[in-house]
Amino acid sequence: MADLIAKTPLWGQGAVVSGGVTLAEVDLGQVTSVAPFVGQEKTLAAALKPLVFPAPNMVSAKGAARLVWTGRGQAFLIGAVPDGLDGLAALTDQSDGWAGVSLTGAGAVDVLARLIPLDLRDMAVGACARTSLGHMAVVLIRVKDGFELLVFRSMARTAWHELEVAMKMRAARLAC
Amino acid sequence: MRIDGKGSVDRAAPVRFRFDGVEYQGFKGDTLASALMANGVRVVGRSFKYHRPRGVLTAGSEEPNALVEIIEDRQQTPNVRATVQEIYEGMEAKSQNRWPSLKFDVLAVNDLAAPFLSAGFYYKTFMWPRAFWERIYEPLIRRAAGLGSLSGRHDEADYEKAFAFCDLLVIGAGPAGLAAALQAARAGADVILADEGVAMGGRLLADSGQIDGKPAGEWVRDVLAELGAMPNVRLMTRTSVTGVYDGGTYSALERVGLHVAARPDLPRECFWRIVAGQAVLAAGAQERMIAFADNDRPGIMTASAIRTYLNHYGVSLGKRVTIFANNDDARQTARDLMAAGVEVAAIIDARPDAPVAEDCPVYAGAEVVGTKGRHGLTSITVRHRGGDMQIETDCLGVSGGWNPLVHLTCHMNGRPVWDASLAAFLPRAGAVPGMHVAGAAAGVFSTAGCLTSGAAVAVQALGVLGRKAVPMELPLAENAGYDILPLWEVKGKGRAWLDFANDVTTKDVRLAAQENFASVEHMKRYTTQGMAPDQGKNSNVGALAVLADATGRGIPETGTTTFRPPFSPVSIAAMGAGGRAEGFAPQRFMTSHSASVERGAPMIEAGMWYRPSYFPRMGESTWREACDREVTMVRGTVGVCDVSTLGKIDIQGRDAARFLDLVYTNMFSTLPVGRVRYGLMLRADGHVLDDGTTARLGENHYLMTTTTAAAGLVMRHLEFVAQAYCAGWDVRFISVTENWAQFAVAGPMAKALLETLVEVDLPFMGCGPVQLDQVAARLFRISFSGEQGYEIAVPARYGEALFRDLLARAETMGGGAYGMEALNVLRIEKGFITHAEIHGRTTAFDIGMEKMVSAKKDCIGKGAAARPGMVGAERDQLVGLRPVNDVAISAGAHLFNPGTEVTRVNDQGYVTSVGYSPTLGGYLGMAFLRDGRARHGEMVRLVDHLRKIDVLCEVSDPVFHDPEGVKLRG
Repeated sequence: MADLIAKTPLWGQGAVVSGGVTLAEVDLGQVTSVAPFVGQEKTLAAALKPLVFPAPNMVSAKGAARLVWTGRGQAFLIGAVPDGLDGLAALTDQSDGWAGVSLTGAGAVDVLARLIPLDLRDMAVGACARTSLGHMAVVLIRVKDGFELLVFRSMARTAWHELEVAMKMRAARLAC
Repeated sequence: MRIDGKGSVDRAAPVRFRFDGVEYQGFKGDTLASALMANGVRVVGRSFKYHRPRGVLTAGSEEPNALVEIIEDRQQTPNVRATVQEIYEGMEAKSQNRWPSLKFDVLAVNDLAAPFLSAGFYYKTFMWPRAFWERIYEPLIRRAAGLGSLSGRHDEADYEKAFAFCDLLVIGAGPAGLAAALQAARAGADVILADEGVAMGGRLLADSGQIDGKPAGEWVRDVLAELGAMPNVRLMTRTSVTGVYDGGTYSALERVGLHVAARPDLPRECFWRIVAGQAVLAAGAQERMIAFADNDRPGIMTASAIRTYLNHYGVSLGKRVTIFANNDDARQTARDLMAAGVEVAAIIDARPDAPVAEDCPVYAGAEVVGTKGRHGLTSITVRHRGGDMQIETDCLGVSGGWNPLVHLTCHMNGRPVWDASLAAFLPRAGAVPGMHVAGAAAGVFSTAGCLTSGAAVAVQALGVLGRKAVPMELPLAENAGYDILPLWEVKGKGRAWLDFANDVTTKDVRLAAQENFASVEHMKRYTTQGMAPDQGKNSNVGALAVLADATGRGIPETGTTTFRPPFSPVSIAAMGAGGRAEGFAPQRFMTSHSASVERGAPMIEAGMWYRPSYFPRMGESTWREACDREVTMVRGTVGVCDVSTLGKIDIQGRDAARFLDLVYTNMFSTLPVGRVRYGLMLRADGHVLDDGTTARLGENHYLMTTTTAAAGLVMRHLEFVAQAYCAGWDVRFISVTENWAQFAVAGPMAKALLETLVEVDLPFMGCGPVQLDQVAARLFRISFSGEQGYEIAVPARYGEALFRDLLARAETMGGGAYGMEALNVLRIEKGFITHAEIHGRTTAFDIGMEKMVSAKKDCIGKGAAARPGMVGAERDQLVGLRPVNDVAISAGAHLFNPGTEVTRVNDQGYVTSVGYSPTLGGYLGMAFLRDGRARHGEMVRLVDHLRKIDVLCEVSDPVFHDPEGVKLRG
């Protein structure tokens, strides 16, 4: 019988610090997409408590559990098991499909201004966005010290590279 | 020469640099132009066509003459404006378009041939013989004419792209821009103030004026200190706003690292996209030349540039300067020079009623008619009431008036409006939505006027932004009028230059008019006026005035050519920052990537994915050997292939079955749970969109697979169908491509291999969950190889481990990994299609799958696929091909009937896929042949002109291997 070793998308990649900004891989834990079935919204709302199904660009959070808006009629349940939701919403495991990275520190906004075409200066904790990171689709979540970004697992290396390059250029500017 | 006590360069910080191999010293804050001037260097370049010696003309980004190359370790940047480039320690610059040296240029002989080299010369001369153009004339002309040269190497330096957002973007930080920014910032608006200069202040730094009784520079310092301390203000220096686009989007180029020696990670430039709620254009105005004979000699500059070099850099090119002008403004240059102790030989004022107040000779109603001094001005000839006279002078400051920089207002098709009193084009009101024009750019030339106008448009912009302006008191400043007598051209003997950068004279413009290129757009293309790096900033208005004169029309009737982005040159490297080489597109790696690379597999790009081409083994020297072995391995034992790149879409809901029946041509509502079915999808126009297998995982739960290439396309199609046609349906879907690593295990020993891992009890086209120790996996019995085949899927985190494990097991059984090449041969042997066949112009009928379009239901594309011309004998239909004598055939070749001429009208079809089949011992092809299904057994002639292949082939059914599917069902 095979004993398969699990690897994260950025296995072996240590955190990078540059210009006061830190880039690190984040273990998202279990990720499940939740897409409410027709007519199940009310029952689902009750079952989700204390979380609420988020409005566009919003995150509902309680403890480690987060429900992050990811598209039309769709949210990702991150860091929790989707218990009691069967039949109320289409539930699809996304735990292995996404690479999670965090970008923290005061200059994180300036780093992302190199790659993301959104004004992130006033983005508050509890907000999220589906946007692009360079040419890659990304789920962007504002967290306490910065941002979390979810990119396709297969593109994790490109995302890391582009973020690292943007960080280093910013640091070089600061030193100039 | 340096002028003591003048300028703001840091005299305590000397900077050494080299120009054409000679070392010079300047100071921190100098541009290359000012530093060369301080060292008495007059000739800085050779002109484009006639190779005439040229000196610095301006002090800004519009410079047409002083274009140089900057040489760095791995960089050679051509056409850098010496008036913009700041010097830094160790900088190396080189003049361009000269050989062997700047002082002695062989091709200056062109200047003697000038009578023959007028506008249209090339068009008229190099007509015949026709074949000579590309091979002889053009290379010759390109060598003779031109600007800087390229290194021929990739530009591997760092560049940056960035986005910025603000309420108000203020373009230009002269008096108008500063007033606008201050007004808006005090009201709390989020302001970006961008200026192309190193220091903000615009002409306030270049002129010697006063504000509130203090030197203007002090006021600028105070305002910048206030703005700099406000959190809602961003000051962007060295940043040129270059273009205006829809929705309040502006492009800008920031020179980030060009003023220092290269250092790691520091970008050279940053290309900004700035989205602004409102914008204030305070770009100022640019002084223009007057066309007179030999007005291009080194030492002749705009009058305002002389003032800038004196007041800002503390430099004067001339020891004895003359001014030639048609307006009051240029007098300031004479006054500043005299105050600094530089001799002013004379002021030549074209206006007959010009005031005569300066403490130097002033000639009213006079004109410069000629100049002398090949490598530097020595004297000028002046015509005035008393006749002609010579004036000894080494520097001539010219002012033909001022052109408001209306360029950005024209980027959305707005045309400027002629103002006769200012003899200038002004911005058309409302030319760019949300953009307000202030100061000299709007034709307001006094400092007081600029301050007032800047503050006023900021109040307007604040109104649109819904902010209340705070009353702001404006300081006292100069409020002089602007008196100008239009003077474009001093007629007389000799060539009078309009476009210095492209060597266009007044004579060229007149010739264009004479030869009926009388429209301004035609004149531009005929003479190349305005097509140089300065894009006509120095010459457009003058040239069209000469054209207006030559055609007898007025200036407003003649109009201008179109100002297009960018306002000033933008390097492609900045626009494409990060996009060089591998940076062009994201790289997608499968979980098996490292394992494949370790085995020496060359990785090929399939879309953004990197997939193994083949897995070479010891002793194999070509890809074909590896491919043949892998094909034989799959047919004989077992092969393993990573197929994770195929699109996977998880579909759920009570209407999921109904939804699939709509998007697929065949039925999926009847598919039993635990079974897989091959499906065909059409576009709305009836052509095949994609194919793939879909498994029914539960009553209301399906898993669709798409081809690798069309994964995104199919997802988009499903989204469109669901949103546009299926409102209210209970169907939900999401991509799970990335979540699962999936491996094909194919061959007669596939089952035996898998049974060492999991329980394998599936009928052909069956599927189900399996448990791999603690890991929940999925097993499908499907085959793209024609052998007994399975695909096993695990969550991606286990992908690498399972791939390595499967390979190890396969190898103990005499099998192994196979790559894309073998996969392709296997499917060709079996007659399975890919996007080589369903390339967007083929129908279900063409590929022989019309029976898959269910008669019992409707589906997307069904009606369109039944249109006349979409079915029948006239269609090119999918067939197999085998060459009669065993030679290589090629995809892309065309088919002809034997005995007919190989011409377009006799074309019978084309080849889509070929491969060498080790199983059948020969080349196989798939092709689309006119009425092909009725022609099995016939011979066709395959012709590939590119690869020189001409061979007879036998037409057959496309399925060569195991047509009954015995092995598949095993």
